[in-house]
Amino acid sequence: MISEIGRNIVRFLVLLLLQALIVKNIHLGRYFIFFPYILFIMLLPFNTNKPLVLLISFVFGLCVDLFYDTQGMHASACVFMALMRGFVLKLLSPREGYEENHKPTMSYMGAAWFISYALILIFAHHLVLFYLEAFSFREFFRTFLRVLCSSVATFGFVYMLQFLFYRSNSERLT
Amino acid sequence: MRALLNFAIKNYYYLLFFVLQAACVLLMVKNRSLQSTHIINSANAMSAKTYEMVANTKEYLSLRDENQRLSDENTRLKNIMKSSAYEFINLKDFVRNDTLYKQKYTYIAAKIINNSTNLRSNYLTLNVGRAQGIAHDMSIINTEGIVGIVKDVSENYCSALSVLHKDVKINCKLKRDGSYGPLNWEKDDDYSSATLTDIPIHAKFKVGDTVVTSALSSIFPEGIMVGTVSHFERKSGDAFFTVKINLATNFRKVNHVYVVKNFFKAEQDSLEVNSQKHDKDDK
Repeated sequence: MISEIGRNIVRFLVLLLLQALIVKNIHLGRYFIFFPYILFIMLLPFNTNKPLVLLISFVFGLCVDLFYDTQGMHASACVFMALMRGFVLKLLSPREGYEENHKPTMSYMGAAWFISYALILIFAHHLVLFYLEAFSFREFFRTFLRVLCSSVATFGFVYMLQFLFYRSNSERLT
Repeated sequence: MRALLNFAIKNYYYLLFFVLQAACVLLMVKNRSLQSTHIINSANAMSAKTYEMVANTKEYLSLRDENQRLSDENTRLKNIMKSSAYEFINLKDFVRNDTLYKQKYTYIAAKIINNSTNLRSNYLTLNVGRAQGIAHDMSIINTEGIVGIVKDVSENYCSALSVLHKDVKINCKLKRDGSYGPLNWEKDDDYSSATLTDIPIHAKFKVGDTVVTSALSSIFPEGIMVGTVSHFERKSGDAFFTVKINLATNFRKVNHVYVVKNFFKAEQDSLEVNSQKHDKDDK
């Protein structure tokens, strides 16, 4: 049994390297771009201190910036997403609150919960990221299309990752 | 002031958010101006090391293609080199054609797929054959020096005598003073040495001198590296030096080679055979 902190550190490194070394090399045109690394922020435990989430997201975003040569862009999007995470968790919380041993994964919280949680956060992240990248509203609609397409792409990736790595959880649960 | 402080403490979460965003924007704005140095970029130690590691691994995966490309490139370069051309000057009226140099040698890239070094007669097999333009008696060299001579040719392969073959005799010269003699692989030679015989005793050379192929050989182009003199001796009663040579080519490791085709070989050979025949007729 690895502690929760150790598990998150491993996830930090694995997702960072996955993004920088593999996913960065996937080219599917200008509209479909994958950023599955944000799964790390999504999977931080429910009871993580909210300011801590902001700080962790900032550091994580900076690490991604290191590999993408985009100073602060990913960090900014990640921090924004971390802020949104607080709201979304409140919005989607069950009536009796989150249980102590639950994790924000599909196997614990169910497909419907996870899909809305992931889609909102991914959309928030991509919205900030792509508009910062464009840095103008001149191509407003094209950028928006990129946000939508990439959100779907990233969501697909994240969904697959969930299936790959968290099936054992659901088996353990039942 | 106190109210402001209270407000800040109460809302420190949002304050933190704005501070972090401000830091991000600051970084981004700095990135926009080209003069400033980038604090965070992929040239820094962490990401650069990671990328380098990946690139190194990838390099291994593409080594085969890379070798092939380099070999092809070298072949192309060798083909346009001046030394593979035959100087063509019309002596009769000094009219220069625009073909000042006529191609004499062409190089075909090949790979050694079978090789031995420990027998008395060593053979090589190459992955090129008649279909690639290979014919009997072409020479084989690599970037280090001479390798062998093509013997039998099939459609896509050819068998060649290695320089490490007891019957191979290649005319070589000492680069320092130009005196030449045949290079043999004698029975006391190992895979890294050979023997140059018939060097006249007035030749001036010393240990370490370069030995290259001579112009007398119609098989090898002139000036291809053979090796360096390791020691020499004059056997009693002999009028010649026997020179031991360290071969430049590492025969244990030859892999990519060039087969050299001499466009003038047929002409030269038939002429020589003809005149020698006339000689015999005269007698």
